[in-house]
Amino acid sequence: MIAEIYKIFKENNYATIGVCIYLFFILVAIFADLIATNDPLRINFSSSGLSRNLPPSWEYFLGTTSNGRDIFSQLIYGSRNALAVGLSAALAVAILGTIVGLISGFYGGWIDNLIMRLADIALGLPFLPFVIVLAAFLGPSSWNVVIAIGLLLWPNAGRIIRSQVLTLRERGYIESAKVSGCSNFRIIFLHIAPNILPLSFLYGSIAIGWAILTEASVSFLGFGPSDVISWGYMLQDAYSSQALSLGAYIWFIPPGICIVLMVVAGFFISRGYEEILFPKIKK
Amino acid sequence: MFDFWSIVRRFLYMLFVLWIVATIIFFMFRLMPGSPLTAFIGTTFTDEQHDLLVKRFGLDKSLFEQYTLFIVNTLKGDFGLSFTYNKPVINMIIEALPNSIILTLFSLVIAYIFGVIAGAYLAWKRATFIEGFSIPIVLTTRSAPEFWLGMIALAFFSFQLDIFPSGGTSAAGVIYETTLSKLTSLHFYYHLILPSLVLALYLQGLPLLLMRSNMLEVMQEDFVTMSKMKGLSSWRIVIYHAARNALLPVATAFTLGVGFAFGGNVVIETVFSWPGLGRLLVFAVSSSDYPLAQGAFIFLTAILILMNFLADLLYLFLDPRVSYKTKN
Repeated sequence: MIAEIYKIFKENNYATIGVCIYLFFILVAIFADLIATNDPLRINFSSSGLSRNLPPSWEYFLGTTSNGRDIFSQLIYGSRNALAVGLSAALAVAILGTIVGLISGFYGGWIDNLIMRLADIALGLPFLPFVIVLAAFLGPSSWNVVIAIGLLLWPNAGRIIRSQVLTLRERGYIESAKVSGCSNFRIIFLHIAPNILPLSFLYGSIAIGWAILTEASVSFLGFGPSDVISWGYMLQDAYSSQALSLGAYIWFIPPGICIVLMVVAGFFISRGYEEILFPKIKK
Repeated sequence: MFDFWSIVRRFLYMLFVLWIVATIIFFMFRLMPGSPLTAFIGTTFTDEQHDLLVKRFGLDKSLFEQYTLFIVNTLKGDFGLSFTYNKPVINMIIEALPNSIILTLFSLVIAYIFGVIAGAYLAWKRATFIEGFSIPIVLTTRSAPEFWLGMIALAFFSFQLDIFPSGGTSAAGVIYETTLSKLTSLHFYYHLILPSLVLALYLQGLPLLLMRSNMLEVMQEDFVTMSKMKGLSSWRIVIYHAARNALLPVATAFTLGVGFAFGGNVVIETVFSWPGLGRLLVFAVSSSDYPLAQGAFIFLTAILILMNFLADLLYLFLDPRVSYKTKN
């Protein structure tokens, strides 16, 4: 496994860049308290009153918002929320998709039928509108995005994994496991699951970018939590505080760049990983 | 031709999915914490006024009665009255729908024309510096949040350079008398340019990458090799033989893209204050206007499901492998 992962990075520049970007943001998130120069939510004052819309300076690297908050510190703390949302959504999609795909593919019959009908319904729901309604239903929280992604994106992973399981089920070693009296549970999770884990990982890594983009959109639309600093929240704050007409690029450009970096890193990793999984694409 | 009954079956199945989604949405709104009228009723309302409103919106009936009424009314095209505007929801949706359709189609057409040409070009330039340089750029534009691109475009083109309007479909004070007069007004299209270009920038990645990988695949097939041996020019091979076949999945993706873009337009419409269906939904949800939110959501879902259905059909029609098999 480790040798396999090492091979991916040795041969693939995309994946290496993606992983470097993630490592960078993980470090930033861990050491956010040390890196941030101010409390991100504190309203700053100076001797001449509220420190609003200040240009970049040594005290405020990226200046301040129209409420006198430090933009740089918000940006640093925002990485925590993005990582938490992205990684938990990836986990949700990978776990749900894997379990559903395994059960559906292994048992077949009415269970398979039911699960595939549920998949059609999940794919029939418009994604972002559903997240908005869910956020209104459950109250503002970053977890809404994770729940919605789990609820709506498992079919993509589930269907692919299911078809993989269908072919694995017919293999000789599964047959012999059955004959030797293995329980279905044991066959599914011990004999079949390890073979489809790479696929689970692939769909999980695709979900990271989706989750971060969705979280940003939901916060931007004003359905996110107001006490958690996220990049989407920063953009919403900037948009509603006339940062656009003030030309405060330094306020709304950096959060967007962070989102792009994080999402593109997810794309790069899944792309690199795909080339290893399906080497036909490479030539 | 292909099997008529399988299409009917698919169509009925589509209606079934729509019904399930409508049911989920109905119960989500009904089970939301708090009275649905809290946002609507002023503090100065008397108890009688309150009761009258509750009756008027049918909130005094049992949940089951409300549900059957909702399904019957929805089938009749009646989505009830908006809490905030006190107008029939269906009228508000019909007013917003053309704006959304035009924005979506306009951007999709720009995105797909550009994406298909650029994708074919990049496949042709396989393993060159141009390709190595372009693909990461394409992936990056796909990763940027639409609303953020919109914010940059607004700050730069509207506020700084002042060459495009900052939102809406008309200048302040101008009201289009009919939908037709709006759709024939140049002013409307002037307002359309910025949002649709931003949306197109976001949407072009999919057709581009799809076209490129299809082209790479098709170029390796026997009939392309055959054309080369016949001595046809490489340009002719690319246009007449390879591109034609590579376009099939792109056409399907376009149809799927219409349904998908409708849902995603929620953010772009909000940034540009574009009075479409998505913005209506955001407004309705944030002001707890349940009938309006329900109606807008069901419309968005119907469009998405219908487009998925059409994409299926299109695939049957266009893919020679599928239609050939059924013809014989």
